[in-house]
Amino acid sequence: MSALLEVSGLTKRFGGLVAVKDIGFTINAGEILGLIGPNGSGKSTVMKCIMGIEKPNAGSVKLSGTDVAGWPTHRIARQGVGIVFQHSHPLQRQTILEHIKLALLPDNLLMLATDHGVTRRAEEIAARVGLAAVMHRLPRTLPFADLRRLELAKAIARNPKVVLVDEPFAGLTSGEVADFSNLIASFRADGHAVLLVDHNVKGVAALVDRVLAMYLGEYVAEGSAEEVMRNETVRRVYLGGKIETAARPDRAGKDRTPLLNVRGLGVLYGKATALEDVSIHVGEGEFVSVVGLNGAGKTTLFNAISGLVPHSGSIEWRGKALAGKTPGGIARDGIVQCPETRELFGDMSVRENLDLGGQHQTLQEATKQLNWLFELFPILKSRQSQAARTLSGGEQQMLAIARALMMKPKLLILDEPTLGLAPVILEQLSKAMETLRQTTDITVLLGEQNVTFALPHADRVYVIEHSRVVWEGDPGRFAEEAGAGYL
Amino acid sequence: MFRSRTFQIAVPALIVMALLPLGVGGYILGLLTLAYYYAVFAMSWDLLFGFAGEVNFGPSFLIGIGAYTAALLNHYWLWPIPACLIAGAFAAVIAGAVLAVPALRLTGPYFGLVTLVAVLLLQNMIVLFAGITGGEIGLDLPDVLSIDDGTNYYYALVFMTVSGAILFGLAQSPVGLILQASGQNATEAAALGFNVAKHKLAAFCISAFFSGLAGAMLIFYMGTASVGTVVEIAVGVNVIIAAVLGGRRTIIGAAVGAIFLIGAGELLRPLGQLATFVVSAVALVVILFFPGGFMGRILQSGGGE
Repeated sequence: MSALLEVSGLTKRFGGLVAVKDIGFTINAGEILGLIGPNGSGKSTVMKCIMGIEKPNAGSVKLSGTDVAGWPTHRIARQGVGIVFQHSHPLQRQTILEHIKLALLPDNLLMLATDHGVTRRAEEIAARVGLAAVMHRLPRTLPFADLRRLELAKAIARNPKVVLVDEPFAGLTSGEVADFSNLIASFRADGHAVLLVDHNVKGVAALVDRVLAMYLGEYVAEGSAEEVMRNETVRRVYLGGKIETAARPDRAGKDRTPLLNVRGLGVLYGKATALEDVSIHVGEGEFVSVVGLNGAGKTTLFNAISGLVPHSGSIEWRGKALAGKTPGGIARDGIVQCPETRELFGDMSVRENLDLGGQHQTLQEATKQLNWLFELFPILKSRQSQAARTLSGGEQQMLAIARALMMKPKLLILDEPTLGLAPVILEQLSKAMETLRQTTDITVLLGEQNVTFALPHADRVYVIEHSRVVWEGDPGRFAEEAGAGYL
Repeated sequence: MFRSRTFQIAVPALIVMALLPLGVGGYILGLLTLAYYYAVFAMSWDLLFGFAGEVNFGPSFLIGIGAYTAALLNHYWLWPIPACLIAGAFAAVIAGAVLAVPALRLTGPYFGLVTLVAVLLLQNMIVLFAGITGGEIGLDLPDVLSIDDGTNYYYALVFMTVSGAILFGLAQSPVGLILQASGQNATEAAALGFNVAKHKLAAFCISAFFSGLAGAMLIFYMGTASVGTVVEIAVGVNVIIAAVLGGRRTIIGAAVGAIFLIGAGELLRPLGQLATFVVSAVALVVILFFPGGFMGRILQSGGGE
């Protein structure tokens, strides 16, 4: 068999950040390779470099022997690469059939009319992906899964040698997943080379011939799905190392007053289900961890609590419904979120970022809080006058947490603080978490993919999988009850 | 279905417009003549904004280039009107391409800003070289299209109908489909193998051609070329408001918007300064609450299937 796609030495830097470092792999005709890694591992950047959406800094991308690295996207597409985007952005006034016809058109300014062959071909493709019944409808009248089918149909229409599929199953029900698996498998049967990009091995294990795992832009492991799942490094990346838990001294009032009570929460993103019937509660002074792989729905849960996304179900804060409050009002009520994306003011200094967090307090209180935070994160004290943008990833995360703490929150929501951080930084962050937990009575809701980071500090754990809470319990019981099925 | 619906609206409207000179006076005909030229400006603009997704804040740059090229050729070299019109249209295309090739490399609001600056540059040039261009006062033309109101009206109506048909047909063709895809999501369009820059540039040139041609026709109707009628930012703003008011991505909506804007401005003239205020307020309300515009609502209500 010949390699249709041959990637070698691929490197991509964004400013000082190395997003992809020396990645190489080959995909043969009739083969499906899974490219997996947690958020921020660089897998999407690899895909974009192949498609020409990002220009790689080094390395080659060979299509049947032709190096296309650095070419503009439309030329790479014509050379035989197709992509199935995770999110579909259909045109509003064109029918499904017209969208497929669009993909069949040549890049020609003088195409003023299409012949019947194009229409017939488009109809065949619609039938193949299961859109025949709805092909004359407009995209906005269709459910999410059909829009994903449309993306597949467009890729089929170009008849590419290499198909890149971004998170093929995100937001789909299990029945739809089976359908999509069959469609993707049909690419393989037709002799195409397929690259599936996903967060975890589990989702694509049944479909792929081989898996390549990435972490922090680097190669971690390659092999069959089972081999990669058994790989020590991969397990460490996803689960962390040995799981340790630590109990902390009980406090009066703990677990008695439900500070936050979420009941039957549901969130839709357009037509995709992001959360379904999620119920959690957090007691005063409790440290609760919500663990789940990327895409499970953790961030959506936090955004719903912070009032950033519309939702169904009820969220009660100290016995009162939060419905109708603005995000700003919710934050002033004491629920402060430290988002996954950190959202620092990059051009302001570390000190200015912190001072902004303390705006609502008297100068005296703010100074006291600031001094306490400098004890918790000594590194920030020495970086005070530096622009936040110039901090390392770990330092930025500490600053983001510190800024949230400056607001003296009653409930601190930490969304994936370990995202993209090196292990040594994790240890520092972990220590700060433990200090926070042992010396203050702050209530924390932590969202994490990294179980090793999330469990040691937790009083209680929820596991979210595919938009639902699938397990709740003591961190001590996690390993035996939920640990095995997690990856 | 979309097509036939548009036709159902456009054909009876055109018949009524063609019969108008039998029933109304010269004053109203003169007003509508102006409105029809504005309609072409707005339709050309909609091709760029509604389909290619690029906001051109300087439609009057293209209009002004076309108008002043034609005016100068007629004034100094006494070129016949048809030659002046053709030269004006092509000058607008060339100037548009010179502007668009570098500007389309920019993303986000920068393209719009470049086109805005271009208008100011053109306006300054005309004022600076007042000795040649007539400056603020304007340039008198030895030739006019016609001195008869009815003839002028029909020139404008036919011109608007033909331009509108071409622009509408283009927008509905496969090329228009590619253009829409490029405008809404350039990355996805490129991933389907389309050279986005090429298609957008083509759209800009077509938009420039009709804008320049309409600008040149307008000054031969008026008999004079002046900054106030074809170059000023306010002219461009009116064109943009007309297109958005009438309905983005519909082409003919832009024509409806232009006729409404000019007509309403005139109907409300007894209000004096207040007229502009009322028209602007209506435009604001429509844009805020019905971003689809007049035609967007009419066409969409039945287009959902």
